Amino acid sequence: MSPGRRERGLVRPYVVTDGRAYPTRNTFDLVTLVMAHPDRPLTGLSPEKRRVMELCLGGALSVAEVAGYLELPVSVTKVLLGDLVDSGHISARSPIPAAELPDTQLLQEVLDGLRARL
Amino acid sequence: MGSALASDRAVYLPGTVRVAAKILVVGHFAVGKTTFVGSLSEIRPLRTEETMTQAGALVDDLRGTEDKTTTTVAMDFGRLTLSESLVLYLFGAPGQRRFTRLWRDMTHGALGALVLADTRRLEQSFPVMAVLEEHGLPYAVAVNHFQGAPRFAESEVREALDLLPETPLVTCDARDRTSSTQALIALVQHLQSRQARISQEQA
Repeated sequence: MSPGRRERGLVRPYVVTDGRAYPTRNTFDLVTLVMAHPDRPLTGLSPEKRRVMELCLGGALSVAEVAGYLELPVSVTKVLLGDLVDSGHISARSPIPAAELPDTQLLQEVLDGLRARL
Repeated sequence: MGSALASDRAVYLPGTVRVAAKILVVGHFAVGKTTFVGSLSEIRPLRTEETMTQAGALVDDLRGTEDKTTTTVAMDFGRLTLSESLVLYLFGAPGQRRFTRLWRDMTHGALGALVLADTRRLEQSFPVMAVLEEHGLPYAVAVNHFQGAPRFAESEVREALDLLPETPLVTCDARDRTSSTQALIALVQHLQSRQARISQEQA
């Protein structure tokens, strides 16, 4: 086995999602914030879903961060998170609505926050 | 990363954060996107990789390209907690326009984009600006000044990049946090005035 392949992980990404490329729900954005419910049992979860839970039990993270820390493609991460939302293990905060102008207040808050860092 | 638990490396958001905003940092290869994101991020920048032919729906996106083998597209991103309720994510995105699904994902819900440009290779910024225009994402341009790169008058750079009069053009040093913050501020101010203009037109 070449070093390049080893670095990429031994399990092909779509094995961990049972071959699915799309999540059961289409509500995840890269910056959707997700949190795990600490009282849900982890028994019966696949190893990858356990890893997601282990990570998300620590606090809130974005979908992109979950993918980054677990070194999984974003698409695979969305499938796993979708299942975990369905089973009540994870809750997600609503993503930003698309194709709308960001609201005035949000832009002002971003601007104020950036200026405060100067 | 070996056997280290991901949860040991993770830097979690404060429990009070309710809203996540997203800005893209785009530009051609080696223009300084990762450096820019790294200067501003409060966490060590993370990388996600997407393999672009494994999902079935990508076949259309690759139509017309010679090479249909799998391609890995990497995105580096960082995070800035701007207030107790608001977090901003910066995504450093590659400029290849053929990754339609990736662009859809990245531009979805994004406030806008900062295009990094290099005066030695201004023409390489065109495809990047074109893809933003295709997706209707407003942008500002920041010339990342590299040592030894020629300095041109603003009007010359504007002309070379064929910028609209309202598109902001600033100079920055992607290695410097203050300078990079100022470039983002120029973008957000542009987004504000654009929004004011659009709501006026709609009124």
